[in-house]
Amino acid sequence: MPDLLSIKFEEWKEHSRAVRTWSVRAARLMIGVPDYDTYVAHRQANHPGLPIMSYEEFFVERQEARYAVSKGRFRGCC
Amino acid sequence: MSALVGSVNGTQTKVLWAAIALLGAVSLGIVALSRGEPVNAAWLVIAAVCIYFIAYRYYALFIANKVLGVNAARPTPAVRHNDGLDYVPTNRYVLYGHHFAAIAGAGPLVGPVLAAQMGYLPGTLWILAGVVFAGAVQDMTVLFLSTRRDGRSLADMIRSEMGPVAGTIAGIGILLICIILLAVLALVVVMALRGSPWGTFTVFCTVPIALIMGVYGRFIRPGRVAEMSLIGLVLLVAALIYGQTVAQTPELAAYFTLSAPTLALTIIGYGFFASVLPVWLLLAPRDYLSTFMKVGTVVLLALAIIIVRPYLQMPSVTKFIDGTGPVWAGSLFPFLFITIACGAVSGWHSLISSGTTPKMLENESQIPFLGYGSMLMESFVAIMAMIAASVLHPGVYFAMNTGAGILGTTAAQAAQVVSNMGFVVTPDQLAQVAHDVGETTILSRTGGAPTLAVGMAQILSSLLGGQALTAIWYHFAILFEALFILTTVDAGTRVCRFMIQDLVGNAIPGFKETTSWTNNIIGSALACALWGYFLYQGVIDPFGGIWTLWPLFGASNQMLAAIALILCTVVLFKMKRERFAWVTIMPATWLVVCTVTAGLEKVFNPNPAVGFVAHAFRLTSAIASGQILAPAHSLDEMSRLVFNDYLDATLAFLFAAVVLLMVVYGVLNVWRALGTPKATAIEVEFAGAAVGARNA
Repeated sequence: MPDLLSIKFEEWKEHSRAVRTWSVRAARLMIGVPDYDTYVAHRQANHPGLPIMSYEEFFVERQEARYAVSKGRFRGCC
Repeated sequence: MSALVGSVNGTQTKVLWAAIALLGAVSLGIVALSRGEPVNAAWLVIAAVCIYFIAYRYYALFIANKVLGVNAARPTPAVRHNDGLDYVPTNRYVLYGHHFAAIAGAGPLVGPVLAAQMGYLPGTLWILAGVVFAGAVQDMTVLFLSTRRDGRSLADMIRSEMGPVAGTIAGIGILLICIILLAVLALVVVMALRGSPWGTFTVFCTVPIALIMGVYGRFIRPGRVAEMSLIGLVLLVAALIYGQTVAQTPELAAYFTLSAPTLALTIIGYGFFASVLPVWLLLAPRDYLSTFMKVGTVVLLALAIIIVRPYLQMPSVTKFIDGTGPVWAGSLFPFLFITIACGAVSGWHSLISSGTTPKMLENESQIPFLGYGSMLMESFVAIMAMIAASVLHPGVYFAMNTGAGILGTTAAQAAQVVSNMGFVVTPDQLAQVAHDVGETTILSRTGGAPTLAVGMAQILSSLLGGQALTAIWYHFAILFEALFILTTVDAGTRVCRFMIQDLVGNAIPGFKETTSWTNNIIGSALACALWGYFLYQGVIDPFGGIWTLWPLFGASNQMLAAIALILCTVVLFKMKRERFAWVTIMPATWLVVCTVTAGLEKVFNPNPAVGFVAHAFRLTSAIASGQILAPAHSLDEMSRLVFNDYLDATLAFLFAAVVLLMVVYGVLNVWRALGTPKATAIEVEFAGAAVGARNA
């Protein structure tokens, strides 16, 4: 049954793509970089017309924010 | 886990949960009741996992739904303030990874290794009971409180719920824990690298590697995290392999064979420079590497333990439960509960749970999964560390963890001393282990990390590579621990600097300006001097440093946990949920009792091995009669030990005092809350609350 096989392959491809997307998101958030597409979607939906940071700007902004220490804000150690 | 919990309430589910309970009980019985026969580590793993599932299903969900009253209809900070940056509603599995990576660190790896001196059973039971009733409860409740308060920090919440004085006391407590934590963690690295050219070379290499990654990720290919991490990983593995050549080439090895004091000064200097550099250059790339390596290694170790299923060589209980052990001083109560802090209950997590996670929570209903669930995972890491320490021959374990002052410096002396403790071992066995892991000696490698590394090497090489790769795996484990400890040293120095600037800034307002280079340099120097003093003191301590400092670290961590749980209790009373407040009163009481007992014993215990003051007295009277007591070598060294004894005693006393003051403020606030007829907890307004009440 060639049809069934090809469907399974498509499904498998889709699953592996989903696993990849979510793993990448998880790995990025572990180091304090949230999802960029979500940020863009948020800006477009809620602040139309306002500037949106490029991915590079977004990354630099998030990197600084992760290590910025302010009153009562710490990062993990233990 | 959520699928299991969420399943329909049918007979099948009941049978399943009964089976889990039965399996857990049988495994725990095998672990606890075996005498003589080595136990397979698999039983420990199964017992722990069954307990975690049952605790989550029956205790975590009870606390979430009945005690805290999480409300899925109530918008979280992420939903209310969504900005795509700090506040982003995030998938719970992704957020679980973020939260776990933030709480996991060196604590759960080192504490259980040190606790193994009493046998694997006492430590394991405390890890399991501690996480279920104290640690995970604290993490989840603080996460809940912070979520209801727009993701505000622990210190902030204490100030607003318990008053400014309590807030200041807690702030002092947090500064103390930071200083001791940095000193102890740096000490762990120093002890692991002392006289080890392979380890030292590899760890030194992480600095240029991080710099390369930093420049790549900032200028060459901005923001490409995967690429820069891959580059870092490849270079790291290359450094790890080349390290063997360095160790075997005498001319090269000479550069990297450093004494403990030299290493300590190097790390202090590193901490200073790293904390004034821009974050993207060194801190961030090193953080990326260490985070991925940390999570990856934890997963790898879990797989290896499940596949290899090693036997535990350590007896379930050793004679050292009477407090005469050589690894750390003190009897089972209270010192076991101080030695294992992270993994059972860690005050540090209350800072993380009130950090970034509450700002990314999609829905309040996910609080048990994130708060309680990730602490269960951390506890599992502690169980794995306990297994890694217990698969070693007990003779090897004690030879590695006893200070040179007691053990002597040759393999023959060490084997004699350890055999006299009742763990028969030959000099050849000790030399063989050192040879297998590619080191010249393993004697007195205190601090827990080397022991864990030998245990991990034994387990991982059974999985992959066999004898041939044991040395590589050992240095990989050392590298993995040193990497994230040094990240902590860097980040922690910045935190200390900020707190010092904030504190001193009250007197000299100009000092608060954190963008000023002068201020940053002075602040960093002060911070490094503070933790560096304790580090150096630990390094030259003839008992091996960990003996003295680890109980102080554990006490400070439990002190913070007690503070957090007192806050949780106060808020439960202010929410008018006092009939459920036993959930936090119970662990808070236990921690207060442990910290205060340990603190006071460290000060007043007449046994010089436990009490700092008694030890100082003994040294002072010896100095008066011109006598030099081993392990000191000169009268000068003795006077320094006396000074350090008094300093440590002051710290121990401060910890106890901070906890007791917080108890007083806690009781006052509870009293006030009981006298007020309506709820007084200061939460963010929720319009739906009134609607919900009407509907109910």
